[in-house]
Amino acid sequence: MTRFLLRRLAQSLVLLWLVSVIGFAVLHLAPGGPLAEFTLIPGMTTAQLKLIAHQMGLDRPLPVQYWEWFRRMLAGNWGRSYRDSQPVLYVIAAHLWPTLELMVSSTVIAILLGTWVGVLGAIRRYSVFDYLATVGAMIALSIPTFWFGLVVIYIFSVKLAWLPAGNLYTIGNGSFLDYAVHLISPSIVLALVTIAIWSRYLRASMLEVVNQDYIRTARAKGVPEQTILFRHTIRNALLPMITIAGLQLPTLLSGALVTETVFTWPGMGRLFLDSIGYRDYPVVMGILMFSAVLVLLGNLAADLLYAAADPRIRLD
Amino acid sequence: MAVATETPPRVSPARRARSRALARFVRHRLALFGLGAIIVLVLLCAVGPYIWPYNDLRIDIRHRFAEPFMSAHILGADALGRDLFARLMIAGRVSLTVGFAAMAISTVIGTFVGTIAGYFGGAIGSMLMRFVDAVLCFPSIFLLLALAAFVQPNLFTITLVIAATAWMEVARVVEAQIRSLRERDFALAAKVLGASDAHIMFHELLPNAVAPIVVASTLNVARAILLEAYVSFLGYGIQPPTPSWGNMLNNAQEYLATAPWLALLPGLFIILAVTGFNFVGDGLRDALDPRLDIT
Repeated sequence: MTRFLLRRLAQSLVLLWLVSVIGFAVLHLAPGGPLAEFTLIPGMTTAQLKLIAHQMGLDRPLPVQYWEWFRRMLAGNWGRSYRDSQPVLYVIAAHLWPTLELMVSSTVIAILLGTWVGVLGAIRRYSVFDYLATVGAMIALSIPTFWFGLVVIYIFSVKLAWLPAGNLYTIGNGSFLDYAVHLISPSIVLALVTIAIWSRYLRASMLEVVNQDYIRTARAKGVPEQTILFRHTIRNALLPMITIAGLQLPTLLSGALVTETVFTWPGMGRLFLDSIGYRDYPVVMGILMFSAVLVLLGNLAADLLYAAADPRIRLD
Repeated sequence: MAVATETPPRVSPARRARSRALARFVRHRLALFGLGAIIVLVLLCAVGPYIWPYNDLRIDIRHRFAEPFMSAHILGADALGRDLFARLMIAGRVSLTVGFAAMAISTVIGTFVGTIAGYFGGAIGSMLMRFVDAVLCFPSIFLLLALAAFVQPNLFTITLVIAATAWMEVARVVEAQIRSLRERDFALAAKVLGASDAHIMFHELLPNAVAPIVVASTLNVARAILLEAYVSFLGYGIQPPTPSWGNMLNNAQEYLATAPWLALLPGLFIILAVTGFNFVGDGLRDALDPRLDIT
């Protein structure tokens, strides 16, 4: 266990370092680099720009600059927002909660619905339901999230007026029910892609488990089919899904950005988009790095959970 | 003890064989449908604007927000009275071009990186593949926006930026293929005969990896069209007045209550195109490379 843990950690650290190199490259390859914001100020001369570049240390060799940036990042100094001079990590933390809320609620919806579709598709293989689920999943993966969001708003907010069209809560209300009602549409919209992916992988996983010897043994022992399905098949089929869930994190974050934009949801995705609009370079870089680290940790956590949940996995 | 209320269907072998055939047939039909949709869309966007009487940029204030099927503007008109069908066709040219071009570029990059990594293996190979893993740690839309926001957005740069965020899957597929092909007898024979590394990689191994590359590229067109739609919808892709299916939607939210077709129609075109490529890609995967089948 310890050896596995150490090796996975070492691999993650190498990836983290590569992520930082790519992040730094994006920062410096962009025309203007970290100076982009200053070039927009009227009356800025080249000489003054040079002076700023010197003050920011941008005239030093790239490896030195990289080392400085990396060192400060590790120490938690991710710079300050150009917009309001708040520390970048503070700004991210302030916008993290709504995004997490959205991701968690949509994941719960997706796992419940996706499991239902996937299990039913597997036990009624090649049935009409199975075909509809297969074709439906492929179409769901082809629908742009923002378009689906607009359709949901059109139907449930404009036509039926059942659900609010956006925001975290109604100003002046803010009760728990009000929060919950605002969460419904964006969660469903964000869940669509995950439902499709989850149900497809679970169906495949179920079909694999069904052919295992222990299922045949259980059947030979006369265990009722329902018990076999719930106790043995589904439980075992869900195990590898832990890894799938971990791998979905980048997709989920991308989807959250788009969903937050459509539903004016004040989360990290919208912060990212707004920061790009303001050319708020430190925040853009901060969120880019933060999301990559989140993805990395998510994958690591999924691996460890999988190993912990399945005693057959040898950890060395 | 609860009694089992439901048992998995125990079907006769004959019925199962028929179901299998049906499954193949339906999948095949889906791929054909996808191909049909793509051909219709490409023809429509290529030829349509020459035949259709309206110009995509002609402003016609008297017909602002004309509803679909109610006037000569068959699919309605936007806030400036511009014909929506004409705009959708021109936008289709842009979106499909970006999709195909980004696919071509990302396939070349991915194939190159994958071939080098798979053939040489060792330090070079694992370094390249760890780089691929690292790029995949960034949520694609975040990376896409960060890159797109700092270039002058036009057809060319947006295509490049999309390609830069879409080549990694191809690299992974190619790397795995080349790594296994490298050990095969014909590759060893070529090596013994004194063939150069470049010759073995690109003339001996790569032709044998074409099938999964074709599958990945087809799915990549779908992905590229979607990414273009996302980045343009968010305002950092193709810039108006040039229409693209994505940027036609970026003002549509304001008019959702009064002119919902402005939001619905471009989305339907995107879905048709993307589903088309996904169906074809899936059909090709079944036909060319059954081992990759996950569904």
